[in-house]
Amino acid sequence: MKVLKLIIKNTFRHKLRTFLTILGIGVAVMAFGLLRTVVTAFDSGVQSSSADRLVTRDAVTFINPLPLSYLNQMKQVPGVKQITYMNWFGGTYIDQSHFFARYAVDPNTFFSVYPEYEIGRKTLSEFESQPNTCIVGSGLAQRYNFKVGDVITIDGDIYPGTWEFQVAGIYKPEFKSTDAMSMFLNWNYLNEEVKQTFPARADEVGWYVERIGAGANPGEVSRNIDALFANSPAETKTESERQFQQGFLASAGAIISAMDYMSFVIVGIIMLVLANTMIMSARERTREYAVLKAIGFSGRHLIGMIFGESLLVSLLGGVLGIFLTYPVVNSFASFASFLGTQLSVQSITLITASAAVVIVGIAAAVFPIQRAMNTRIADGIRFVG
Amino acid sequence: MFDLIEIKDVEKVYRRDSIEAPVLSGINLMVKDGEFLALMGPSGSGKTTLLNMIAGIDKPTSGQIVVGGTDISKMSESALAKWRSSNIGFIFQFYNLIPVLTAYENVELPLLLTKLSKSERKQHVESALNIVGLSDRMKYYPKQLSGGQEQKVAIARAIVTDPVILIADEPTGDLDKNSAEEIMTLMQRLNTEFKKTIVMVTHDAHTASKARVLRRLEKGDLLPAEAEAA
Repeated sequence: MKVLKLIIKNTFRHKLRTFLTILGIGVAVMAFGLLRTVVTAFDSGVQSSSADRLVTRDAVTFINPLPLSYLNQMKQVPGVKQITYMNWFGGTYIDQSHFFARYAVDPNTFFSVYPEYEIGRKTLSEFESQPNTCIVGSGLAQRYNFKVGDVITIDGDIYPGTWEFQVAGIYKPEFKSTDAMSMFLNWNYLNEEVKQTFPARADEVGWYVERIGAGANPGEVSRNIDALFANSPAETKTESERQFQQGFLASAGAIISAMDYMSFVIVGIIMLVLANTMIMSARERTREYAVLKAIGFSGRHLIGMIFGESLLVSLLGGVLGIFLTYPVVNSFASFASFLGTQLSVQSITLITASAAVVIVGIAAAVFPIQRAMNTRIADGIRFVG
Repeated sequence: MFDLIEIKDVEKVYRRDSIEAPVLSGINLMVKDGEFLALMGPSGSGKTTLLNMIAGIDKPTSGQIVVGGTDISKMSESALAKWRSSNIGFIFQFYNLIPVLTAYENVELPLLLTKLSKSERKQHVESALNIVGLSDRMKYYPKQLSGGQEQKVAIARAIVTDPVILIADEPTGDLDKNSAEEIMTLMQRLNTEFKKTIVMVTHDAHTASKARVLRRLEKGDLLPAEAEAA
């Protein structure tokens, strides 16, 4: 028999209590994993922002459109290498619960400015030439089983009416953090339709995205763009894509912060659950620890045994929690498409959860160890729990 | 026979906050190698405190305790733990076996602190269990054994490292008459056949009569030696 065997036997001495503790830790780790996954997903848009892209929007609010006529002037600004534009299309697919991002994009320039959305040349050419087509993300296609040639019907709100778009292709995200849940439709088609139904809203874009050349100063380029339209009816505000994304998420900032804090509160809860179990175990075993000390086991041995037991329970709970996280995140993802990115458990979440479980395992053992060490052998042997 | 245990002018005072409670005063006692000593006395007389100090699990407030030539009253806690593991075998009133371990594993516990190989440990454990007559109960858990059998396993655990001294605190206090008789016979055998020095605390005169020397404690004082008990 080795000490490890003793640790295992002690851990499962009260099977129901150990099982409930492991289950409690597992559920808490799962909740931690889910919250961290959602927070990470919120943040992924910001993280995946390109350093060489600037976004120009209306100076007051990005809800206000900008004239398409700005395009040619902006192209002339030194440092601007490529430029594209897009509109938030909105609308409803099936019902409000089936939310995903829908943008009208310039088919000729969009995928050059956003090379991380990977599509084939043939697909792009079809998208450019066929007005009522769209490109969907691989994550979105997977969720709704969209295939090339399928027709997606959208009930418009910003642009009223029933809109039908044929899937011309499916883009693949270059990176894990790249949005795979969006639908891009042809801006030219939208504009032509708007010209006929709402002529006053024709030739308007939601925002411009500029790709700047190597060596260009983003701040200077931004200032030069905005200077072009100063004192005009539609003044602009140009900022880095990261700043734009952060501003976009600011409205949800409080929720994200709350989730962030909650995830760490959960770590505290895990510790309390485990500490409670460990304190009960240590109290019940006061006499045994005294006997072990009497027959020659040193403080180091007891510390090892108590730490070992605490770590074993917390690690088992952690493993259970991590296994539970995957199906829970997947089922949560089915109604969390508003995040605009595919929810997936990131390595950093697993590493954080594992580290939290180890820290909790160690911390929860501190008090029982202190008790075991400080109890005199003679007192411990007489102890009646 | 030489004096294995030498207790010189030992005093013990327990302090709690500002209150001092003297438990033992001016104790002088010599225990010869191979002796079987019974310490008797009423509750609060200090017999268990004296036993604990001989075993190295408590320290005197003043005075000296020398066991086998080593002054244990000045040893550090970790040195004492090591010393106990090779010199002392404990037999408690309530056996104090680990309930999740089998009889074999309970007896093996003290050997985990040694450098013995698995097969050597097995040999020692089987031999100890054989001495106490429980070779056929090796795989039994404490709850599957009677009180007497549990105490025999505890005795096997106490002798498995072949210690010089056995310390027994009310070894029959929780047993029926027959089991108590068996345990005392076993202890006498350990003393006579295996030459173990035994220091036993008991309040039971019949149990004490099995020892070869009887000493009484009263209100912290050791009374003059009486005639040999057995």
